[in-house]
Amino acid sequence: MGNITDEQVCDLQKKANDIRQSILEMLIEAGSGHTAGPLGMADIFTYLYFHALKHDPKNPSWEQRDRLVLSNGHICPVLYATMAHSGYFPIEDLKTLRKFGSKLQGHPHREFLPALETSSGPLGSGLSQSVGMALAIRIDEGKTSNKFVYCLTGDGELDEGQNWEAVMLAAKEKLHNLIMIIDRNNIQIDGFTEDIMPLKKLSEKFESFNWHVIEIDGHNFEAIDDAISQAKTVFDMPSVIIAHTIPGKGVDFMERRFEWHGNPPGKGPEDVYKKDEQATEALKRLRTLGGKITCNDHE
Amino acid sequence: MLNDKQKLNPNIFLEDVEQEAIRLGFGEGLLQAGEKDERVVGLCADLTESTKMDKFAKKFPERFIEIGVAEQNLASVASGMAAMGKIPFISSYAMFSPGRNWEQIRTTICYNDVPVKIAGSHAGVSVGPDGGTHQAIEDIAITRVIPNMVVISPCDALEAKKATLACIQTKEPTYIRLAREKTPVMTTEDTPFEIGKASIFYQPEGQSDVGIIATGALLHKALLAAKDLEEKKVKVTVMNLATIKPLDDSAIIELAKSTKAIVTVEEHQIAGGMGSAVAECLAKNYPVPQEFVGVKDLFGQSGTPNELIGHYGMDKSHIIEAVHKVILRKK
Repeated sequence: MGNITDEQVCDLQKKANDIRQSILEMLIEAGSGHTAGPLGMADIFTYLYFHALKHDPKNPSWEQRDRLVLSNGHICPVLYATMAHSGYFPIEDLKTLRKFGSKLQGHPHREFLPALETSSGPLGSGLSQSVGMALAIRIDEGKTSNKFVYCLTGDGELDEGQNWEAVMLAAKEKLHNLIMIIDRNNIQIDGFTEDIMPLKKLSEKFESFNWHVIEIDGHNFEAIDDAISQAKTVFDMPSVIIAHTIPGKGVDFMERRFEWHGNPPGKGPEDVYKKDEQATEALKRLRTLGGKITCNDHE
Repeated sequence: MLNDKQKLNPNIFLEDVEQEAIRLGFGEGLLQAGEKDERVVGLCADLTESTKMDKFAKKFPERFIEIGVAEQNLASVASGMAAMGKIPFISSYAMFSPGRNWEQIRTTICYNDVPVKIAGSHAGVSVGPDGGTHQAIEDIAITRVIPNMVVISPCDALEAKKATLACIQTKEPTYIRLAREKTPVMTTEDTPFEIGKASIFYQPEGQSDVGIIATGALLHKALLAAKDLEEKKVKVTVMNLATIKPLDDSAIIELAKSTKAIVTVEEHQIAGGMGSAVAECLAKNYPVPQEFVGVKDLFGQSGTPNELIGHYGMDKSHIIEAVHKVILRKK
């Protein structure tokens, strides 16, 4: 079990809400980009960057850092916002998302933002790269290395066959230092994952490939903390955390809607709010709902 | 006559010139690279013996990863290892790597700009009996088009060994094109090799009428053609263009200036290949008539290497024909 305190949970919830606000603001400014996935993954990114990762935002190339690989590059607004909030670059830079010359390319490119571990966008290759990193660490530090590689993927991207090539290799090589986190939000661009290409019981799939499987509510910080702690204790097997999340989490009219997968506020479906109202309403709803912070305010 | 400075194999024009498969040079080079630099790791997609990675795998089992028949994973796992400071060599048949895994090479290796070295064996139609599915004749085109990539096509096993060793010193993603069958050994241990540098292997006395630029094992046929032509008073200079990217522009322009006519020779599609790279350079800098010896928009098929080289128009006689043709086009 993890050992996170109530106070830490409350701080993380508030941080996640700030990050959601930045995600909305940067997407509104950019006028294009993905909304549902970034909002849905805000809690997990917040937990990783503010609690789990060994990293130093002032020294991004610190050799002893853990590696975080974002495979589904299109949810980069949450990566950029979390990195900015944790001090990798100024928060005001988030407004440059998707603009010419920006370090914040539409899909992550480490030539523009060297603090990134990888460039990504084309789906299905992040896990392979993470396997390569975990293998390199094992060659250098052996089977007891405490340096972890976190690979974040979508669920829709598991349609890509390359993932399963990497899944097999990670199990064969018994990569204890690899922790995959799947954003199980059940949507992809064309619709619900189970309509487009059913993934069914992901846990059984991974178990049959000899992975250690943990399933959690991806918005519950205690559950995230328990899962990461558990994954780190597993020896001789890679771990996968299947994080069930609500796409669009924090903005009620976006939640669970695949129509918000690839659209920013102002370009989404108009059944609740017209396009010209979406930006204002999204930010207002987020604040009103408080990002659904559950802890007592201890200010 | 042969260029003395290149210290080439004196038996080069003999019937019984030493023959060795280019892929063997890669295998030897990789073994030596592994001995020299412990950052070198090897990854293979179920073709370890065939791509000659087996020597390395036996000597350094802890630095060898068997990926299985999964070329996309092969490329991206190597990218991850390179991001951690390794110098990964990946090997498969060229048709599958860089063929099948082109996008992974583009995005996870070249876009990331990490030093993965891609050895593509069994390139060209001379693979022979396996047939067209296994004959990569598009690989130069698809690799040289990717930014950051270096493309090397060694002419023999010794040059492949030197190229393999040379590329552990460079930061760029690199493609090394290898062939299956035994081919003449034209160079010696003393022949200089430098990535990005073309070399003149054959030059007649006095003014040349035509410059032949060849890459890979077909260079030998170009040399035989040049010798035959010289006996018929047609003077030809032959250049070995082992590095196709970055292109040795100044050497190519100089050859075009001195000969005013170029023939390119490669075991690859004419479209997008080495000849195209030469044409891009000359069209911009010093346009001269150019003839292309290569595959003319066709797939390969089963046969012996010699039958196929002949069928697809890449034999000595075709090179001689191209030389005569380009002379007629000279102003």
